[in-house]
Amino acid sequence: MTIDMTQFHGVFFEESFEGLEIMESELLELVLNDPDIEAINKIFRAAHSIKGGSGSFGFTDVTNFTHVLETLLDEVRAGKHKLIQDEVNLLLTSVDCLRDMLSASRDGNDIDKENVQSIQNDLERVLGNDSPNETSSEKDNKENGNSNENVQTVSDWGIDFLPHINLFQTGNDPLRMFRELEEFGELTAEVNISKLPHFDEYDVEESYLSWSLLLKTDASEDKIKEVFEWVEDDCDLTIGIIKKQETIEVENESDKSPEAGVATGERRKSEDRRKATDRRGTASSESTSIRVNTDKIDALINMVGELVITQSMLSQFSEDFDVGNIDKLCDGLKQLERNTRELQENVMQIRMLPISFSFNRFPRLVHDLSSKLNKKIELKLTGEATELDKTVMEKIGDPMVHLVRNSIDHGIEMPEERLAAGKPETGVLHLNAYHEGGNIVIDIEDDGAGLNKERILQKAKERGLVKEDEVLSDDKINELVFRAGFSTAEQVSDVSGRGVGMDVVRRNIHDLGGVVEIKSEEGKGSTFTIRLPLTLAILDGQLIRVGNHTYIIPLVSIIESLQTSRDHTKSIAGDAELYRLRDEYIPVVRLHSVFNIQCDSKKLDDGLLVVVEAEGHKVGLFVDDLLAQQQVVIKSLETNFQKVEGVSGATILGDGTVAMILDVSSLIRLSREQSYYEKSPVLNIQAA
Amino acid sequence: MNAAVREESVIGLDSETDANQFLTFMLAGEEYGVDILRVQEIKGWENATEIPNTPDYIEGVMNLRGTIVPIVDLRSRFELERVEYSNTTVVIVLKVKSGDSEKTIGFVVDAVSDVYNVTDEQLKPSPDFGKSVSTEFVSGLATVDEKMLILLDIDHLIDANIDVSPIETTH
Repeated sequence: MTIDMTQFHGVFFEESFEGLEIMESELLELVLNDPDIEAINKIFRAAHSIKGGSGSFGFTDVTNFTHVLETLLDEVRAGKHKLIQDEVNLLLTSVDCLRDMLSASRDGNDIDKENVQSIQNDLERVLGNDSPNETSSEKDNKENGNSNENVQTVSDWGIDFLPHINLFQTGNDPLRMFRELEEFGELTAEVNISKLPHFDEYDVEESYLSWSLLLKTDASEDKIKEVFEWVEDDCDLTIGIIKKQETIEVENESDKSPEAGVATGERRKSEDRRKATDRRGTASSESTSIRVNTDKIDALINMVGELVITQSMLSQFSEDFDVGNIDKLCDGLKQLERNTRELQENVMQIRMLPISFSFNRFPRLVHDLSSKLNKKIELKLTGEATELDKTVMEKIGDPMVHLVRNSIDHGIEMPEERLAAGKPETGVLHLNAYHEGGNIVIDIEDDGAGLNKERILQKAKERGLVKEDEVLSDDKINELVFRAGFSTAEQVSDVSGRGVGMDVVRRNIHDLGGVVEIKSEEGKGSTFTIRLPLTLAILDGQLIRVGNHTYIIPLVSIIESLQTSRDHTKSIAGDAELYRLRDEYIPVVRLHSVFNIQCDSKKLDDGLLVVVEAEGHKVGLFVDDLLAQQQVVIKSLETNFQKVEGVSGATILGDGTVAMILDVSSLIRLSREQSYYEKSPVLNIQAA
Repeated sequence: MNAAVREESVIGLDSETDANQFLTFMLAGEEYGVDILRVQEIKGWENATEIPNTPDYIEGVMNLRGTIVPIVDLRSRFELERVEYSNTTVVIVLKVKSGDSEKTIGFVVDAVSDVYNVTDEQLKPSPDFGKSVSTEFVSGLATVDEKMLILLDIDHLIDANIDVSPIETTH
């Protein structure tokens, strides 16, 4: 299957940049001595999402880099690693680096591989330092946060940096280099402004400053030189080790004169912190924006323009009204009607999209993952035309990716295992979307191994989520996978298994007012069902009439509508009615009797039969008349009332009245229960 | 700061201290009151769309500027005799708390009457009728201008009762 993935790149980049912003602001807010677990989780999740997304879109460089970053964050999250300021800075650099990588990928430029590699090496170094820490020096680390540095030889480097006047023209930025240096250790910079010309002669594009830097670090000379690699030809540079005593003197000096343009690390941090707080002010909590193509907005503006013109035309008629003008008035009103309808349609279009938009990114994901894991998987997509609110779709994307990855990684087994279990070699992953009972439902179904209840329970006990002697029902055990930090995968891969995701999945879905359920049978597979309210969803509906009531049947569930003829209807035991539709017999459901309302005529010949299908059942709905077909906005009845059997929601018709939207599957259920109910009193009488 | 204090005192003058305001309406000759702060709006009666298989007192749903609002006929909710809706018949749209959420529900009454200030002293608990009369939705009685007002606890008015499902399947 070939799908142009580039159409989704925009979304991925936007989301990733948002994620990076979250990471950055959280990192800057992080209190090192007492880190907020939620904050670390947030950073971790952002990294995880970027990794997942970049994996699906084939940006392997980003994926590899984020994987290292994520591994470090995972250690921090698990409490195995305690962050020190240098590492936070390193993480921030990684965020910057990721941003550069993403921008480069987006604009089709080359990624600065050296820079990426050096940061990745730094990250790996931190990770490498970790392993001994875990066992022996963890305690030391807590008592003395600097133990890491003390182990290695720290020397003081003096760097004289005298840039040539054309430094800026080569695109170099001293500040960036100083920041880089700062990551090696404690940096003190002193600026020399003696060459600064008089203001009249000042050229902003030229560099007049020079610096003498003092760096306390364990890094080698080569490392430091590397920072200046790009400016070697544009400056005079001397690097050398200074003796300890001298250092102290210089430090004291700089302490005495803080006004002299000292760019210490502290200042940078406080600035960054301020920046972060500023940003927090604007981008707090959930961002409520939705991305709309500018073409659509232009179209809307045009329509509103037309509307204004029509309105002014009409108001002119009202000023000097003349009976002779009545034709013009009618024309104007018609135009107004058309404008309004167009406007309404377009406004709704902005929010509604078919779910295929979200589904379409899965074939590639499944393809890549299955080849990576050497599994054979067939992806089935159904109900792609189901429309849902754009904001809902944007938010449901990530949870769905998580669930799909989980199904592929944990659910579907290796081909050999499948064959051994007597299943076909190729596993089936089925994504299905449909409207049901006022909700949009998305099923993610695999025919894999199912959840291993014993292992989940054992893991939960290990983690203290469940008490040793507690007995849980199967559903409760399944629920456990939604707990934070829960993963039963033996091996942490870059696909899944870190136990992030499931808790986020549930939280995201809850945020949308929906629920997620698991049904799982060991050896047979699992089904994740996401249910979301479709308050804003629209639907193509067929308006029908029964008596003086108007109802709407979703067009998707209608197969055909036909006029009945007497010789095609049969009744069984004088009660259940059947209609012969070509080669099959379908039961007749009389809407008036299901809803206990008045109808024009009870004779099947007088009305129409609308053949509908739901959940594999076909029935003929008996109605009085068919009216128009139109798109309707689904309004929930549950907001102010409650769920009503047989009805999935309501809508407002053109004349302002409310009409019920029928829920075919629950209607069929209802009619069955009713006929059972109607029969049972008879049986009771006989028994009595 | 000063302005705020002044404003407060102005409001204080307007409404008597520790008084509750109630909107009253007529129903079968009696005057009932509801907390005025719960009243969202009062509108004339329009035909509502019936909801299938709901209790009699659920008149249907109405379109209130894009929101679907259920309409409860208060006469039939109190098992009073139904009357033909006239031009004084109004729908009082109230905000009703139900669990954690707030629902907007319209109540059909005979006519809107007045707004009264009821001080705490004027408030009396509703008498205990025993089991013969259901008084769970009466929060109290009040005597204002020699008239007796029946104050309704609107949260209880629909509470649980709205969930009556008409079709009880006997399995």
